[in-house]
Amino acid sequence: MTVLSLFFYLFASVSLTSSVLVVVSRNPVHSVLFLILTFFNCAALFVLMGAEFLAMLLLVVYIGAIAVLFLFVVMMLNIDFATLRKGMSKNAPIGVLVGLVLFIEIVVSILGMNFEELPNSFSEAQITYNEIENTRALGMVLYTQYAYLFQCAGLILLVAMIGAIVLTHRKRDTVRRQSVIKQVLRSRDQSIDIKKVEIGKGTSK
Amino acid sequence: MNFLNIDSLYYLGLILLKIAILIFPLLVIVAFLTYVERKVIAAVQLRKGPNVVGVFGILQPLADGIKLFSKESILPTASSKVVFVLAPMIAFSLSLAAWAVIPVSDGWVISNINVGILYLFAISSLSVYGIIMAGWASNSKYAFMGAMRSAAQMVSYEVSIGLVIVCVLVCVGSLNLHDIVIAQDSVWFIFPLFPMFIVFLISALAETNRAPFDLPEDESSLVAGYFTEYSSMLFAMFFLGEYAAMILMSAMATILFLGGWLPPFNFYLFNELPGIFWFVLKTSILLFIFLWIRATFPRFRYDQLMRIGWKVFLPLSLFWVVVTSGFLVIFDLLPRPL
Repeated sequence: MTVLSLFFYLFASVSLTSSVLVVVSRNPVHSVLFLILTFFNCAALFVLMGAEFLAMLLLVVYIGAIAVLFLFVVMMLNIDFATLRKGMSKNAPIGVLVGLVLFIEIVVSILGMNFEELPNSFSEAQITYNEIENTRALGMVLYTQYAYLFQCAGLILLVAMIGAIVLTHRKRDTVRRQSVIKQVLRSRDQSIDIKKVEIGKGTSK
Repeated sequence: MNFLNIDSLYYLGLILLKIAILIFPLLVIVAFLTYVERKVIAAVQLRKGPNVVGVFGILQPLADGIKLFSKESILPTASSKVVFVLAPMIAFSLSLAAWAVIPVSDGWVISNINVGILYLFAISSLSVYGIIMAGWASNSKYAFMGAMRSAAQMVSYEVSIGLVIVCVLVCVGSLNLHDIVIAQDSVWFIFPLFPMFIVFLISALAETNRAPFDLPEDESSLVAGYFTEYSSMLFAMFFLGEYAAMILMSAMATILFLGGWLPPFNFYLFNELPGIFWFVLKTSILLFIFLWIRATFPRFRYDQLMRIGWKVFLPLSLFWVVVTSGFLVIFDLLPRPL
């Protein structure tokens, strides 16, 4: 048992425990916090495997951006726990069934996978582990061999983003927006009108 | 249990020693930065600043520290206790954890990892959790508003910081901080990438919640923002964490744009000085700019802050990434793998 395996068991056990706690926590905010802890420990496991780039990506993308949005949404929602638990006994069998099906699928696919054969289809993408640092290795295949797939993934994300904006954006006439360009371009003549006012008469306006 | 042999113990001991050598001066600098800040702002406002405790008030941070230590920690009854106590710890330890990869001089680094700059970026994106947890756990509207503002602000400005880092990385061809500094041997990146340096500096202000972007702790509308309910040592942790993050951002700017530990000219007297001298000097100049900005500018309005982040900095830095990489490709200057 080396120091590395000691760390492996530490991170693995914490990530398993916290992923269980995600499900069983009574408070949804605590659930999200445990989810973040799970992500964090998975990133640590990636580091132990030598996949440092993936680990940092997991930290930046999942913890730094996506989980923050989760936390935002969960904190903003005013969740009533009593009503949530009401449907528990009714929905539990369906949930267990779905979970069971997914679990069996995973088991079957892992048992049916032939690990010897797999690398052949990716043979050109194979780069031996110690030869080159893995950031560079990923970059070399991602932007050459898989450039089109990479671009497609980007386009899909763009479509999703535009969709979200279109769905939520609406024009309201009551909102008064600040137009910085308009403010800056305004000259003295447009905004000030000096008038000589005779005493006791006032201006016409 | 063969992992407890002499070699691994020696290795662990060495790491702990390195950490101690880095952390203790850092904490002292953090403490004195609060003093320097008060003195600089006092000078800008034609006041004397702290001048009672010790000569020129130099012992003021010590007095403040003792005061904070000896005060009572108040846990609000309606708060979520564990998260409430955890939040400042996370904020403080994250701001120290990032220092593990900062090379203060040639080879003077705790861990010289291949993805150093990504690690820094990841840690700075994690630091939002300390604030958002504090805001939620306090169960107070001011703290919550502060946390919301802070989270939105930090997520927004990370985008432009990321693109600025990409600009530098395209010029270097490596994510390693040591390589980034060495790549600036002939010319510091501040000269070819000057607009990006400015964008980075302003984004760093927003990322560390410093004036003029200190809306999360906007005292005129939110009392003290996310740490309204905190007192004594828990408050001190937030405070120290904020200043450590400020030093970290200055150190990052030094490494990315000002050539890290490299002297400004290849002049024999300059080359004699140790690298850490130049590193500390450059970082201090940037820190002074942080304080100077705080004393000079009024606070931004929140919609203006968001407007600058998304509508000005994001397009500008994206455009600059395209320009930089286009330039490097046309003139065939792209860094080749070693």
